Amino acid sequence: MRDTISLSITLALFWLANSGHYNGLLLFLGALSVLFVVYIAYRMDVIDHESQPLLHLTAKLPAYCAWLIKEIILSNIKVVKHVWLGKQSIKPALKTIKSNQVTDMGKVIFANSITLTPGTVAIDLKGDDVLVHALMEEDIAALDSGEMDRRICHLEKP
Amino acid sequence: MDLFMNIASGICLLVGSFLILTGGIGLLRFPDFYTRMHAAGITDTLATSLVLTGLILQNPDALVILKLVMILLLTLLISPTASHALAKAAIRSGLEPMVKEQKDNQESK
Repeated sequence: MRDTISLSITLALFWLANSGHYNGLLLFLGALSVLFVVYIAYRMDVIDHESQPLLHLTAKLPAYCAWLIKEIILSNIKVVKHVWLGKQSIKPALKTIKSNQVTDMGKVIFANSITLTPGTVAIDLKGDDVLVHALMEEDIAALDSGEMDRRICHLEKP
Repeated sequence: MDLFMNIASGICLLVGSFLILTGGIGLLRFPDFYTRMHAAGITDTLATSLVLTGLILQNPDALVILKLVMILLLTLLISPTASHALAKAAIRSGLEPMVKEQKDNQESK
């Protein structure tokens, strides 16, 4: 029930932010579409704590985002440098690393963060093993039980 | 203040465009599928963010800013998922990543 209500509120806010028209008819149609989407979600049986995954980690998220943005900018500069230096300068590597997250959401954030930073891409995720391809060999070593892993583990803790 | 906003937005747009160009050049220059994907990553992340930030600075309308922020967040969620799907499909269909250069380097050491 709590999840249904929070999904409805999120959808309503999303509709209001995107519409910009607030007369009676359009508000009615908006409410109708929110109810319809919630009904579909209910029929698909996808309303659970994961439909609102950020709710319990919202408080810790900004700090992680700030750190991730810094990492993205730094690795962008690195990849840009290698693009202009040409293919002699790169050392591609493929390796399996361990992820220490417990929840599915934590693993998703970890894999997505790896892919989001240019220079490293998470290719496969099986259990605790993440298969990572990197432009530079040393980037993988930095990921393996590195700072990103630690920070996401911290994010997970209630 | 208006002048400052215009200059800041101009710088963001310019750097963003340069990064998109770099991403495109990297796409052509890098040797194999997986390394090319990394070049596309520049366009996906920092370039898009900078172009959208530049547009946000241009526009005083709060609703438009909210929409641009939404586009930014969705891009940051969608593009890694797409990259991951591409990479996984490639490795499942047996495309081997090029790691020969690295072995050569180790042998020569």
